[in-house]
Amino acid sequence: MPFREGPLGDLKVPLTWTAAVALIVAAVIAVAFLLADRRETLQEQAYGVTRQTVDTVAKPVSGAIAAPGRWTGLGLDYVRSYFFTASENRRLKTELAEMRQWRDRALALQDTNDRYKSLLGLRTDPPIPMASARVVSDSRGPFANTRLADAGSERGIQVGNPVLNERGLVGRIVGVAQGASRVLLLTDIASRTPVMIDRTNARAILTGDGGPNPKLEYLRGVDPIQQGDRVVTSGDGGVVPRGLPVGAAVKGLDGRWRVVLFADQAAIDYVRILLFKDFAQLADQKQLEAKTLPPVTTEDPQTSILSAPPPPATPPATPPAATATAPAAGTAQPKPPAAKPAAPKPATATPAPTGAPR
Amino acid sequence: MSMSGARPLNPGRWLGVPMLLTIGATILFAAPIRIWGLQLPEPVFAMVPAFAWAMIRPSILAPFAILILGLFLDIFWGGPTGLWGLSLLVAYAMVLVLRNMMTGQSRPMMWAWFAGVTAVAMTGGFLFTMLDSLAMPSLLAVFWQFLVTALLFPFAHRLVDRFEDADVRFR
Repeated sequence: MPFREGPLGDLKVPLTWTAAVALIVAAVIAVAFLLADRRETLQEQAYGVTRQTVDTVAKPVSGAIAAPGRWTGLGLDYVRSYFFTASENRRLKTELAEMRQWRDRALALQDTNDRYKSLLGLRTDPPIPMASARVVSDSRGPFANTRLADAGSERGIQVGNPVLNERGLVGRIVGVAQGASRVLLLTDIASRTPVMIDRTNARAILTGDGGPNPKLEYLRGVDPIQQGDRVVTSGDGGVVPRGLPVGAAVKGLDGRWRVVLFADQAAIDYVRILLFKDFAQLADQKQLEAKTLPPVTTEDPQTSILSAPPPPATPPATPPAATATAPAAGTAQPKPPAAKPAAPKPATATPAPTGAPR
Repeated sequence: MSMSGARPLNPGRWLGVPMLLTIGATILFAAPIRIWGLQLPEPVFAMVPAFAWAMIRPSILAPFAILILGLFLDIFWGGPTGLWGLSLLVAYAMVLVLRNMMTGQSRPMMWAWFAGVTAVAMTGGFLFTMLDSLAMPSLLAVFWQFLVTALLFPFAHRLVDRFEDADVRFR
């Protein structure tokens, strides 16, 4: 039955009012989405299936759109290198001469450093595995600064992994899908990174605000920073490894200390994703997994605190090892007589094979 | 009122096509291209339909189309979900309320209105971000995005011109 012929056919509602109602309903839905959003928590669960799906779909689309731009850039580089070869060669020779001095100095310092490390018995962090990825889309607005990289869960990337380009830290992974991952840049308003001033070891929190130069907040100490100081990650909190280059300190127009990011000095088209989750992965897990409990002794070296008190009915001649506890290694407990089959077997982490077959 | 002059708009033409074009332009401008160290600007293309749809006629579908566009922006740009949906709806509501004042004005004046409505949407985004992230976004970054978005008025003007007279009930 057509609507016009129904009982509501003569009902006339002004379109302006129904449009207003629709507008209010849409606004309420938007508010509900905003309240339910947990993006700022930067947790894996907060990155929903919808975002993962959009990222997976956007990766090939954005990749195809970005390709002509990349090819144009490569072509321009080729033409530029053709026309400016001589001047480039002169510049590189000068740079090479300067770098040779640095190389000699670096080798000498490396030698000294190795000696100090061996003297102090220092253990340095093992190298962290990485995955390379290409950036396919890029948002640069004041309310979101993220990038979409074309490597995802299939490469072992996880939420929280730090992202670098050849100059310095770019950001960290906040969402992973199949074949794509979302990088939250240091400039995003939700980004907080523990950093330190390389010269003074003064700690600060690098806080993004949507602009190109993130702020240094919670700077502590007397005169902790100067113009041009190098800022590196501090590793505090275990979010990122220590010592990754971040940028140089500058005083902003608003009088606050900000950081000119090293990563911005080069195009962020290719990035390296450190497969670093937290400090636990740097430790030798096998060594940490203790197979046997260490001995725990009380003032009385004859008894262990793990031992249950002897039953009151037991005659005093009963040896303490008759209880069903582990005899601690190193304690001078008398061994139960081996010839006694009725004696309870001591419970050890690696039980001895039973003697007689049943 | 006679309905003889009424020629209902096809939602696919006045809502669907601009929506797809907006999504396409947003994806295009998200390409990570740098020319001499400069990046592409990032205008909010969804401001064009948000302004034009309210100018063309009040509608039940348009607010939901704007909501979908806003949610797409949030998810594609990686921002908080609902931020742009709400900001665009605030701008849409403003145009809907003031459309009787805006219609029939000169092009430069309409451009000024468009810039004003864009400023309202950006201010909304600024305030909602402050509430959501408990941090203040960079005013300079907000201003740059406002500036490049305000330059999109010719597209909004074209969309309004195309469909303004399609339904004479709302002239």
